[in-house]
Amino acid sequence: MTEQKRHQPEPSYLVDTGKYKGLMAWLTSTDHKRIGLMYMYAMMVFFSVGGLLGVLMRIELFYPGQQFYGPQVYNGLFTIHGIIMIFTVVIPGLAAVFGNFSMPIMIGAKDVAFPRLNLFSFYLYVLGAIIALSSQFMGNGPPDTGWTFYAPYSIQTHTNVVAAVFGAFVLGFSSILTGLNFIVTMHRMRAPGMTFFKMPLFPWSLYATAWIQVLATPIVGITLLMIIAERWFRIGFFDPSLGGDPVLYQHLFWIYSHPAVYIMILPAMGVITEIIPVFAQKRIFGYKAIAISSMAIALVGYFVWAHHMYTSGMSTTARWVFSLLTFLVAVPSAIKVFNWVATMYKGSISVKPPFLFALGFIFLFMIGGMTGLSLGALATNIHVHDTAYVVAHFHYIVFGGVGFAFFAAVYYWYPKMFGRMYNFKMANWSFVFLFTGFNLLYFPQFIIGIMGMPRRYFDYLPQFTLGQQISFFGAILLAIGFIIMLITLFSKKGAKAPDNPWGGTTFEWRIPSPPPLENFEVMPEMGLNEGPYDYK
Amino acid sequence: MGASNFVEGVDLAFKVIFGISLFFLVGITSVMLYFVYRYNHKRHPHAIQIKDNNILEITWITIPLILVLLMFYYGYVAFSPERKVPKDAIQITVIGKMWVWTFEYEGGKQSPVLVVPINKAVKLNLRSEDVIHSLYIPAFRIKEDAVPGKKNYMWFIAQQAGEFDVLCTVYCGLRHSYMETKTKVVSETEYAAWLKALPEKSNEPEGLVILKKNACTGCHSIDGSKIVSASFKGLFGKTEKVMTNGTERSVTVDEAYIKSSVYDPDKDVVVGYQKGIMKPYKGIVTDDEMNKIIDYFKSIK
Repeated sequence: MTEQKRHQPEPSYLVDTGKYKGLMAWLTSTDHKRIGLMYMYAMMVFFSVGGLLGVLMRIELFYPGQQFYGPQVYNGLFTIHGIIMIFTVVIPGLAAVFGNFSMPIMIGAKDVAFPRLNLFSFYLYVLGAIIALSSQFMGNGPPDTGWTFYAPYSIQTHTNVVAAVFGAFVLGFSSILTGLNFIVTMHRMRAPGMTFFKMPLFPWSLYATAWIQVLATPIVGITLLMIIAERWFRIGFFDPSLGGDPVLYQHLFWIYSHPAVYIMILPAMGVITEIIPVFAQKRIFGYKAIAISSMAIALVGYFVWAHHMYTSGMSTTARWVFSLLTFLVAVPSAIKVFNWVATMYKGSISVKPPFLFALGFIFLFMIGGMTGLSLGALATNIHVHDTAYVVAHFHYIVFGGVGFAFFAAVYYWYPKMFGRMYNFKMANWSFVFLFTGFNLLYFPQFIIGIMGMPRRYFDYLPQFTLGQQISFFGAILLAIGFIIMLITLFSKKGAKAPDNPWGGTTFEWRIPSPPPLENFEVMPEMGLNEGPYDYK
Repeated sequence: MGASNFVEGVDLAFKVIFGISLFFLVGITSVMLYFVYRYNHKRHPHAIQIKDNNILEITWITIPLILVLLMFYYGYVAFSPERKVPKDAIQITVIGKMWVWTFEYEGGKQSPVLVVPINKAVKLNLRSEDVIHSLYIPAFRIKEDAVPGKKNYMWFIAQQAGEFDVLCTVYCGLRHSYMETKTKVVSETEYAAWLKALPEKSNEPEGLVILKKNACTGCHSIDGSKIVSASFKGLFGKTEKVMTNGTERSVTVDEAYIKSSVYDPDKDVVVGYQKGIMKPYKGIVTDDEMNKIIDYFKSIK
């Protein structure tokens, strides 16, 4: 058997073996690894565009009053910044890129359960993104509603809301189908011997995520269609002047959009859970607790949506019930943090770039989570709701959390993806800039938020100037960090990567870098006494 | 003493939550960094495999659970009085419309500034005439949305004399960030005198009242200054260059043009302005109202 392997090594998935070559070979490939990579490239483009829009906002906010452009442009900017970052970057995010690239290998499968459906999901993603972006160039100008599309403003504004909303609707289908695909894959295609509680924890987090994708996304889908119906046919769902209820919109929107936060963050937690044991060379501490806490977050996450609406005029009872439930969801997140730190105890730690980013993630995620506590509590929420404090909080979660986990994941699986290493020193420098810039950009927003600076403000009162200016410099450092990272990864070919550069134990480290098309020459099995993290 | 009766409770909740959070943030980060240092592979070349420990897991489930319930409690206790308005509170109706706050006192007297007496309960009845706004007084730690078609409310007792910012926190369109005013906290006698001096009913021309009611004056000034769009002052009879279906032409601002601009604003957009910002007022402004508006325009030629 080994004889055979030596004579005819399978070509890597990066080599075109089908009837097409080059770009067409990628666009028609149903290989989960290629699809994952295509998502990654698309997301890096969208992330760069979204980031640039963010910088444009910070430039205008450097001084109070109007500097470079008027309020209409600003309102359009924060809307499309939100739409791009939320719907095309962080929601598909780690699940679409690394769920596709790594998950099937990690559970010992040749591909996902429905490879064609997987490619179709990617095309829906591209189509949805194009429709959403077309809103900028067609109709009566860029939408100016914010990514939340709150009614009745989204019904009444004359800007091109329909294209943006329809784009988000199409993107939703991409998400639903990916979720469905992953659920079936993990149920049906695990390696022999790999029971659910022997599955690595990144797949576990994707499993929890996938259920949210499948169950929650349809709600936002229909809600977005209702906006279109209301705009086109004047059916009064949400606009009181047509007989609708604007608070109903908020309920429907957040019933999806709050669980969507967990769609973003769960896979991020999953990646961190993979990285820490590898670089500590130690079994993950509290395997079951981490796996179950993912499911707990997914489940409890459904019942907390109205904490976005404490000031909307809901009954006092609704307010305190949602506050209480919100606090419960904090606990499983805390469990994960404790287990990560405990895993480092008595390990043998190598601080390589993926691990460095994982440490950064834990710190930023803790700040994001803990500042969320005063948003969950009633009295404090009333004060900071819809202020820059909220902006800072969710950027700490979705950028400090999801973003840094994404960067960690790129550095972690890059050698497997391309069969090449990268320059560690450069990677560490990218961390220094990203981490410093990030905190400089978003931390002052907590402070001016508590001082009373509302969000989505084109102009602001003079007492907020200093905070806004510090944020600007943070944004510049952050942008530099991102550019350093791109240079590190894509400027020149690194040394050839071994099959298992980090000493990992999960299946992807037992196959060549880059993997062959069908991942495994011999289908892997998990023995009775084996587990996913058998470090010696 | 806080600027309002709620400041103390809210700030205490902040202190409890931030205090506990800071303790854990610093604690966990220090432990983590210590482990990274102490168990670095140079100092600790062989990892020691440790079995899961259920007692430890239960401990770090229970302790955070107790702490977050404590935070919930502080948040709830400070919040619940915010919904219990004293019966003798002064009633003020707040009207939010793009992008102005108006405060309506007893007898329909209106003011653009919220003037309240010190140490008296004040209830704000929140109304919106267009989209959702949210009235926020940071110094008082309170905020509640003005939702069209709903009767929301908030209340407070101001405890410090002075002027405080009033802002709008729910995004409401073009000039959202300019939807701000002040609340003036004055002594009871000053308040009574101010209220008495406030004009009973608007003696403004009917046309102007209609313009204000429809929030036209949020974008169009009546004194010749430019807010978002052209001022109404001197508009009637003027010749403007407009774009009609992509071609430029000149029109005189007459009754027909004003009607068409109100009912179908994107049809003839004056050169230099953007399409799609103003909504059509067809079915909102009646013919009778339109005539009064035109009369008013003629009066400020």
